[in-house]
Amino acid sequence: MYAQMIKSEATQEDPEKLAAFQARIDAGEKIEPKDWMPQGYRKTLIRQIGQHAHSEIVGQLPEGNWITRAPTLERKAILLAKVQDEAGHGLYLYCAAETLGVTRDELTEMLLDGRMKYSSIFNYPTLTWADMGAVGWLVDGAAIMNQVPLQRTSFGPYSRAMIRICKEESFHQRQGYDIMMKMANGTPAQKKMAQDALNRFWYPSLMMFGPSDKESVHSEQSMAWKIKMNTNDELRQKFVDQTVPQAEYLGLTVPDENLKWNEETGHYDFSQPDWSEFFDVLKGNGPCNRERLAARNKAWDDGKWVRDGLLAHAEKKAARRVAAE
Amino acid sequence: MTRDMAFFEFLLRMGDNTLVLGHRVSEWCGHAPVLEEDIALANTALDLIGQTQMWLGLAGEVEGQGRSADDLAMLRDAWDFRNVLLAEQPNGDFGQTMMRQYLFDQAHVLLLEKLAGSSDERVAAIAAKSVKEVAYHVERSRDTVIGLGDGTSESHRRMQAALDLLWPYAGEMFTDDEVSGIMAGEGIAPEPSSLRAAWDAAVQQTMSEATLVIPDSDFAHAGGKTGFRHTEHLGHMLTQMQWLQRAYPGARW
Repeated sequence: MYAQMIKSEATQEDPEKLAAFQARIDAGEKIEPKDWMPQGYRKTLIRQIGQHAHSEIVGQLPEGNWITRAPTLERKAILLAKVQDEAGHGLYLYCAAETLGVTRDELTEMLLDGRMKYSSIFNYPTLTWADMGAVGWLVDGAAIMNQVPLQRTSFGPYSRAMIRICKEESFHQRQGYDIMMKMANGTPAQKKMAQDALNRFWYPSLMMFGPSDKESVHSEQSMAWKIKMNTNDELRQKFVDQTVPQAEYLGLTVPDENLKWNEETGHYDFSQPDWSEFFDVLKGNGPCNRERLAARNKAWDDGKWVRDGLLAHAEKKAARRVAAE
Repeated sequence: MTRDMAFFEFLLRMGDNTLVLGHRVSEWCGHAPVLEEDIALANTALDLIGQTQMWLGLAGEVEGQGRSADDLAMLRDAWDFRNVLLAEQPNGDFGQTMMRQYLFDQAHVLLLEKLAGSSDERVAAIAAKSVKEVAYHVERSRDTVIGLGDGTSESHRRMQAALDLLWPYAGEMFTDDEVSGIMAGEGIAPEPSSLRAAWDAAVQQTMSEATLVIPDSDFAHAGGKTGFRHTEHLGHMLTQMQWLQRAYPGARW
């Protein structure tokens, strides 16, 4: 889940228009960029799609960290392809956000100066090769859990971007699990790396769904607008139910003493992550917040002369063409 | 030197160029000036790594000692690498990266076009597949060099500096030696010197459009493709690239 704690905007508009808008959504129609929409719907979507796009971009960094150390040529190629897909996802999502009247540059500036967030998960370090497995398996797994339902979201461009993204994400998750299989069935050192990666990524992955939203009014509005399709708790439970048997198959231990199958509910009981850590990470105190934002700022600042240069060239070329005509 | 020894050397030259340059380009991942460039750089790196798998795979086959492409990439030390010095030069700024890419791509595409007609079918097949990818690489690196050369005064200054810095590393791509002589005699690959005129013409044209001045010197560093004397940069690259294979010998990934 790449968008967290999205505050939904209250809306004060013509009740008739609002009712008609809600009726379209209830009827399962897609809202397109030129259609009338409540200001709150627009603002919430910009925030959510923007945060999702930023997560894809910042999400390149923890995996990019291992591209130059990938153990085989094939693993290197797969990882490169995966990180390239993430940049591509960022691009579709920025395009979807642009249809709502905000530019990619504006969104980028807001990421870089901290006004907009990206998913908390990318503030955790990737320390061993097994982390490439854990990120694919758990982080992409959690993302898919959230993104599959969003294929049915009410805003057309977002829904279409999600359909493309989901196809690629399921490949990402499989390759992550494949790395974990190799590690879990490998040498004792590799198995230790795999267990260590699971230990470090388990709770941060559960945090990706955000805190319980049982009482949240914002959440209800987003659900009515079909911007949010499920509650955070529903998705988290689904993720745990899906992931625990996969960990067992790998012969790895989920780091939770309270994890237990509950016959009555037909779900696993599990411990909540440490939510104070989650809020610390959101506030900028995660293990890698500084590094991640510094890396993006450096890329942007160092790249200014390139963007300016290419723009100046395009303008010169256009002027020459006009002069020649 | 026997034919097979020369053939092995030639294949290492092809595969080590794509491996080392692909690795360098992959270092950009997530740090490019604009999202589209991140995607394009990853794409270039991906193509080059794919070509490495083919060239080094064939090298292992020709050598006949049971070494795989991964063994060759991950378990040789610097003196056994046969890439040109240009490929191992550090990324520098984006302009330096793209200038290195263009000087290499322009030679690479000319070579692959010839190799597509190689007397060795396996070489011809790899070249035929690679040349399509590299035709795109050179189009992109050429456009970028022109765009930045003929952009702002700052981008112009940086591109001229990149050209001045890298120019002495270009000549190594066109020197002939015993290996290339045997390859040319067998009809497997052309003498590198035979590609120089076409490369010069193309580079001249590009730099002129980019408003950049080619340095007035034909001095060329050497020692990469023979493995005699690499730059200090290669060893650092290998410590990163080979780390897992070296630290956990025999593990499967």
